[in-house]
Amino acid sequence: MAELATTPSQTVGPYLHIGLTWDDGPYVVPKGTPGATWLRGRVLDGAGEVITDALVETWQADPNGRFDHPDDSWGPAPGWRGFGRSDTRDGGYAIHTVLPGAVPGQAPHIDVSVFARGLLHRVVTRVYFPDHADQHADDPVLSSVPANRRDTLIATRAEDGYRFDVRIQGERETVFFDV
Amino acid sequence: MTTQEKLVGYRRDTKSHPPLDSPGYRSTALRHPTQPLTLLPHRLTEVTGPLLGPGRIGPLDHDLTRQHAGEPIGQRIIVYGRVLDADGRPIPDSLVEIWQANAGGRYRHTGDRWPSPLDPNFDGVGRTLTDADGRYEFVTIKPGAYPWRNHDNAWRPAHIHFSLFGRSFTQRLVTQMYFPDDPLFGQDPIFNSVPERARSRLIARFDLDRTQPEWALAFEFDIVLRGRDATPLEDHHG
Repeated sequence: MAELATTPSQTVGPYLHIGLTWDDGPYVVPKGTPGATWLRGRVLDGAGEVITDALVETWQADPNGRFDHPDDSWGPAPGWRGFGRSDTRDGGYAIHTVLPGAVPGQAPHIDVSVFARGLLHRVVTRVYFPDHADQHADDPVLSSVPANRRDTLIATRAEDGYRFDVRIQGERETVFFDV
Repeated sequence: MTTQEKLVGYRRDTKSHPPLDSPGYRSTALRHPTQPLTLLPHRLTEVTGPLLGPGRIGPLDHDLTRQHAGEPIGQRIIVYGRVLDADGRPIPDSLVEIWQANAGGRYRHTGDRWPSPLDPNFDGVGRTLTDADGRYEFVTIKPGAYPWRNHDNAWRPAHIHFSLFGRSFTQRLVTQMYFPDDPLFGQDPIFNSVPERARSRLIARFDLDRTQPEWALAFEFDIVLRGRDATPLEDHHG
């Protein structure tokens, strides 16, 4: 088959909210789910200013490390949504979820996409959790990141869950991945 | 279905996309990473992705001209196409989200305050699922151009925002569809941020055959997401 050229990315622009906001967007798991927690954070620009027109999307395994997807041959998790979406108009994002389980060979993690006005292409990062610190040394992705920047990928504990700020640019810039 | 089954990653498409640091588009200045990106080999989290849509789509979500009691002002258009991967395979049952300005170039958004009227009969938001052959279709009105403050007398060419999921986290794409022969292309730093040879992929094709006589014009816009690697990943679970 002839290879087709892929469609280029463009920014979501400042009016992303009208197209991409869902009432249940932040709820990877419904309210009242046992073990549910909040993952919250801000998205900051190179001047340290809070970006209020960003969109944060999360993708993660269920507590057993599984996905509801045909390519997860290890063991499907029917009905597991795995996906969260939150804008930042209130100064930050908030995702209601449960901690992911370990995908075999990796420490538990959440893949994160950030979109915003001024971002012509999404940026991708990962969130790891302090609860799994004993698994971090062996994680192949964390190990591929310079040691002095690894902490930008690890959430911290907060009152009702976890905190994970995304610094797009500048001091303590978050590690972003070429996926 | 065993753990021996090999995962197949996705090919990178580095020649299609705009650089995150695009000085002509001023908002990129403080919003692009300055450290190099870290290569992330595809593993299970990257080759899976949200397969959402069924249950999220209302019966009129694909027809932006029928979401209110009255009809919106503007040129009625059909926007249709296929969502494919780079190997030409259709991507079925995949969520397509769009949003756009009204015929006068105004978004129904609290942040858009330029002096062009809102249309009480137009929200500018649509959703649909691709069919088994990857096809989608929207009915809407042609959006207007609008001014912004990026540079002196800056105007965005008419466009419709598109959001695609594909079948994997890796294939996620947000883009903008433009209309043929727009005289505003030359001064638009967002359109021109894309490598020159890839820009035409953002422009819909006018399709006389798909117009509806005495009703609507038609534009075709195919969207190509990344294709799969030829060989399985060496280390499935590593």
